[in-house]
Amino acid sequence: MIGPSSSHTAGAAKIGLMARNIFNAQPEKVEIILYGSFAKTYQGHGTDLAIIGGLLGYQADDRRIVDAINTSAKLGIDIAIATSAEETSHPNTAKIIMKKDEHIFEMVGISPGGGKAEMVAVNGFKVTTAADSNFLLIFHNDRSGVIATVAGLLASHDINIGHMEVARKSKGSDALMLIQVDQPIPKKIALALEKLPHIQNVVIFNEVIFNK
Amino acid sequence: MLFTTIAQLVDLAETNKKKISDIMLEQELAANKSDQDALLYRMATHLKIMQQAVERGLTENLKSRSGLAGGEARLLATYNQKNTALAGNLITTALTMAIATTEVNACMGAIVAAPTAGACGVIPGCIFAVGDHLESTEEDLIAALFTAGAIGLVIANNASISGAEGGCQAEIGSAAGMAAAAVTQLSGGSPRQCADAVAIALKSMLGLVCDPVAGLVEVPCIKRNATATATAITSADMALAGLESIIPCDEVIEAMNRIGCSMPVALRETSMGGLATTKTGKQIAERVFGKPSPESDCASCSH
Repeated sequence: MIGPSSSHTAGAAKIGLMARNIFNAQPEKVEIILYGSFAKTYQGHGTDLAIIGGLLGYQADDRRIVDAINTSAKLGIDIAIATSAEETSHPNTAKIIMKKDEHIFEMVGISPGGGKAEMVAVNGFKVTTAADSNFLLIFHNDRSGVIATVAGLLASHDINIGHMEVARKSKGSDALMLIQVDQPIPKKIALALEKLPHIQNVVIFNEVIFNK
Repeated sequence: MLFTTIAQLVDLAETNKKKISDIMLEQELAANKSDQDALLYRMATHLKIMQQAVERGLTENLKSRSGLAGGEARLLATYNQKNTALAGNLITTALTMAIATTEVNACMGAIVAAPTAGACGVIPGCIFAVGDHLESTEEDLIAALFTAGAIGLVIANNASISGAEGGCQAEIGSAAGMAAAAVTQLSGGSPRQCADAVAIALKSMLGLVCDPVAGLVEVPCIKRNATATATAITSADMALAGLESIIPCDEVIEAMNRIGCSMPVALRETSMGGLATTKTGKQIAERVFGKPSPESDCASCSH
């Protein structure tokens, strides 16, 4: 990996790359909010460069991370970095808000050490998954039977669910399923899932093979 | 998981008459659904990156963005050539290589996190210095890295390897424990001696705080990586001589976790305490970033 810190540089780059892959596009506008130890020491560790590098699609061992701020400026991405004194459950926490046209996505990531990264919230839903996993984010209406229909469709494609979390804003309103699976998920699955009733949006995340 | 504690790891190795590195390789084969050749190749790549970082640190004229880091590995290398080093040639070589690696890290160069980037100098410093001395093969060095990895895995699962969670004892402390096991194995020590070396090294690092000046992985991290190589190698020597840790290794790791949990936030990679808030530490933060360090240390004291 590229130094100087596995948690504050490499892990941060993975948080950025995870956000980029979930957003599935190059954002026009990005807001990055750093908490805890990230907020206090980001300049010294290059945490800002690393997260922006990740948002540009770089891996943790990509030497271009050093120039990430200049590169993003050249690409016309509007990036704002802020720090917050708000308490978070993990000291290395970053919130990334990405915008493009009408499309807005918000992800909270943590870097628990040794270059690992995890998502701990997405669009206000508290769900947790590691960067080195394959998962589906299925945004849907909170109705009975939706989870069973989704599980049924995955079963019919021989996709095994390893771990699953569900969350909702309130009874009967917006809900989210996070489904971790063993193998990479083909794009056609997302298209099939999106056709099911009460499904709003489906995001596929296939494990990024991190080299180091 | 084949093992979650050091005791299980040692038992597995002893029962099967294997080295710790063999057990770790089996564990990784099971976890990664990979084949042995691919795993050995990946570890060989890590070893190569470690070698290249040492090489860069010793030959290039490095200077970090802050201007604080660079050039000190070369000073040590020159000093070591005179053969007058009080700690002897082997330890001084380990110090030199550890500093070379961490200087490359401070300059945003390529290194191997071991277990973290901030602690990346300890393991290469130890295994290359000891490996040169013993004329170890590349195969031996790769095995030593698997052994170090097994120890790191147990520490990460039962305590922490993050300075923001557990202080520097979790980073450079863990690295010293991992390196102690690696060089004990290189020197022909038994799995049990590896575990004792880990325990002795970790005990010497307990309570170490993470207090980086200006939030940079430079002061005190670079020289701490170097001194930790001496702790690792001397711990290995004690274990190889037959000294045992009275507190079993797993209990030391448990203590390390509890100490980390009770460490104040100011001393866990926030640059709000310790060396970061010394007079000079604050001046450096101001010079580098044009702002003073975050507010002080110790809410309960009057100063």
